[in-house]
Amino acid sequence: MSVLQILDIGLAVLVLAVAAWTIGARETFGAVVGYVAYGLLLSIVWIRLFAPDVALTEAAIGSGVTGVLLVTSGARLKAAGKVDAIATPRLSLRLSAAAVAIAAAAALAFVVLSLPAPAPSLAAEAQQGLAATGLGNPVTAVLIAYRSFDTMLEKIVLLLAVVGVWSVASDRFWGGAPAPLGRANPDGALVFLDQILVPLGILVGVHIFWVGADEPGGAFQGGAILAAMWMIAMIARVSEPPCVSSRRLRLALVAGPAVFLVAGLAGLVIAGDFFAYPAGFAKPIILFIEAFMLLSITATLPILVAGPPRRRSEP
Amino acid sequence: MNEFLLASAGFILLTVAAGLVRVLRGPGDVDRMMAVQLLGTGGVAALLLIASATTAAGVADVALGLALLAAFASIAFVNAGEPGDEADRLDAPEADGR
Amino acid sequence: MKEALDLFSIVAICAGAFFFFAGTVGLLRFPDSLSRLHALSKADNLGLGLVVLGLLPRVAGLLDGLRLIAIWALVLLSGASTAQLIGRALRRRRDAE
Repeated sequence: MSVLQILDIGLAVLVLAVAAWTIGARETFGAVVGYVAYGLLLSIVWIRLFAPDVALTEAAIGSGVTGVLLVTSGARLKAAGKVDAIATPRLSLRLSAAAVAIAAAAALAFVVLSLPAPAPSLAAEAQQGLAATGLGNPVTAVLIAYRSFDTMLEKIVLLLAVVGVWSVASDRFWGGAPAPLGRANPDGALVFLDQILVPLGILVGVHIFWVGADEPGGAFQGGAILAAMWMIAMIARVSEPPCVSSRRLRLALVAGPAVFLVAGLAGLVIAGDFFAYPAGFAKPIILFIEAFMLLSITATLPILVAGPPRRRSEP
Repeated sequence: MNEFLLASAGFILLTVAAGLVRVLRGPGDVDRMMAVQLLGTGGVAALLLIASATTAAGVADVALGLALLAAFASIAFVNAGEPGDEADRLDAPEADGR
Repeated sequence: MKEALDLFSIVAICAGAFFFFAGTVGLLRFPDSLSRLHALSKADNLGLGLVVLGLLPRVAGLLDGLRLIAIWALVLLSGASTAQLIGRALRRRRDAE
């Protein structure tokens, strides 16, 4: 067996073991830590499968932002003493959930293993179309050129998630701000780290967004890193979650999907079809759309983690 | 040379993954978090080795992003592990109308 | 010349891997949280630093080399600061008991 095969088997066993811990852990914190480790290992698996874009997204969203969302919510529930009130599901329910999961995994495994070799793929066609778009990264071309409508709908789903989170607020706090993410007297070390890390992180986030046209990267990954930096600033109390009624916030949230939609509709007029880009002008338009998507993702993810408004806005 | 780089990437990865046993044993939340932080740093090292060994583009950028995100996750987890302030409690009279 | 650089890379990367191993052993075997924290930061600084040092001769250009060093500096900075935060949190917890 070659070194690479041993590595792959080791990775697979590790992923399964960490997944088992995450499901079986008693305490929320321990389970979320396991979940973050799981996401990190999956990110390495994606690299092993030659998919750096997905690896970065997995590390950013799947492991980083979702982990922080879970642990923040868990901490708030624990502070409210509401953890004990949650009933553990009955054994029959858990067994049927396990059965459904096993059936789905078995079906997927059967399909993947019974694919002919070489497996059918559209990669060649995707590469051929790249020249017309002016991009160098086929993943970005798929996201913003070939199936741009889907990507726009995904951004609208993010918006709906924000609406859903905000709608949980009680009436008298509507229009106010969410509770601060950080403690009242942040450590000097934390503020120091924030002051140095956040500007660097903003640079890296914008770099990964910009480089996504030709190399692995893109608006989603860059936006996730920028969102993480804003959340660090909020935890260090250098920045606070904005009021939900803030016009600037709402503008930032809808800017991405709105610009995307306008570009798609403009394609009707300028290039003859919904979401068509005029020949030779595709790359600037794609970058323009991506820039606003970057803004929206940077605004949306921290808002989702901050949660519904829990204090009245200042009069 | 490439084989050596990939083998050392694998060795580092499996080594720090062995540290994940700490996630199992605890005894405190902080110990679990430290194990994941070690995994993150090991992951960055493995990614840099893989980036130098293969011609796949963008792996070094993934390592850069991972370094930032690991820092972010650590900060957020330490922050969440602390007991909260009175004003942040969900059922404090001013906070929750229900 | 190239062989010498390759040898240097191999030695540095092996040393880095050793420090990762040492960090894991420390994390698993040290008696309490604060000493485990100590082991952790050794892996961060020396493990990654030696790996980066070993990869520098193989780098394609100046900018790539600077990126490697920037990644190490980032991990160093955030590792040291989070070690501070974790240490203070542990001490607060111990004082509260």
